[in-house]
Amino acid sequence: MVLININQLTQPPMEQVLNHTDQHYDPEASKLGMWLFIFTELLLFGGLFLIYSVYRYLNPEAFHLAAHELDTFIGAFNTIILLISSMTIAMSTSALQQKNKKLTIILIVTTFILALVFLVNKYFEWGIKFEHGIFPGSEHLINDFSQGEILFFGLYFVMTGLHALHIIAGMIIMIIALVKVQKEITNADRPVLLENAGLYWHLVDLIWIFLFPLFYLIH
Amino acid sequence: MENEKPHIVPYKVYFYILTALITFTMMSIGITHLNLGPYSVLGAMIFAILKSFLVLTFFMHLKFDQPFLRIMVSGVFLLFIAIVLLTFLDYFYR
Repeated sequence: MVLININQLTQPPMEQVLNHTDQHYDPEASKLGMWLFIFTELLLFGGLFLIYSVYRYLNPEAFHLAAHELDTFIGAFNTIILLISSMTIAMSTSALQQKNKKLTIILIVTTFILALVFLVNKYFEWGIKFEHGIFPGSEHLINDFSQGEILFFGLYFVMTGLHALHIIAGMIIMIIALVKVQKEITNADRPVLLENAGLYWHLVDLIWIFLFPLFYLIH
Repeated sequence: MENEKPHIVPYKVYFYILTALITFTMMSIGITHLNLGPYSVLGAMIFAILKSFLVLTFFMHLKFDQPFLRIMVSGVFLLFIAIVLLTFLDYFYR
């Protein structure tokens, strides 16, 4: 046969291929890819933080007034929930590396439950705002509030809403990690999937670390 | 086992970091209740930066990973700071 497969030209010698039992596992590259994705997320939220700071600079009084509508206690409570969940997901990688599958699963499930608690809090928090007639485009907001306050609540709903979407995405990622750990596809020798799930979750935590003082701690 | 894999972080390290993070959260709430005027936002942001540094260094393993990740992350944060500075230079002097 004179057929030439172009792939053959770029493939390593046969003995190397035969000895290569590891299937496309490159933890460094996986982690680098995750970080590159995290950079795009940081700059996405960075843009929103930039908009926030410019509008706050232009409307300092209105931002102070509007921030009184937010409950510092719920904000602080949610901050602590997220911080604890960050710790549990970080610990899950250590547990996996120590070949403690049971503890790894317990820690991932704990993180998932904490994420759920965060979302339930957010639901009630937003619910109270909606009851008070404060939601994007509401008549109460448009008629009775100043331009600066409308901007504050617009940013509040967009930024915490986008953050909540990231929480939901993080929960889906945790379910995937949980299944892979359970099936031992992700194990002590190949922990990078769980590590990357953790990195994503810490990103969600990192964004909240800045959202909390900027929305809840204006006095 | 511990010697083979130097990247296993002990649980207690994570617990200490969590304690520090919660302490900083409480301190940032405290400082904004002190009525420091324009400095209260500065205080809250300093605590937020300290917290993010702890999360990046320990939870996100930058301390234990290859140095080039640290350099890249610093680069992204410097880029963001540069964008904020340039934007505010525009707003201050227009």
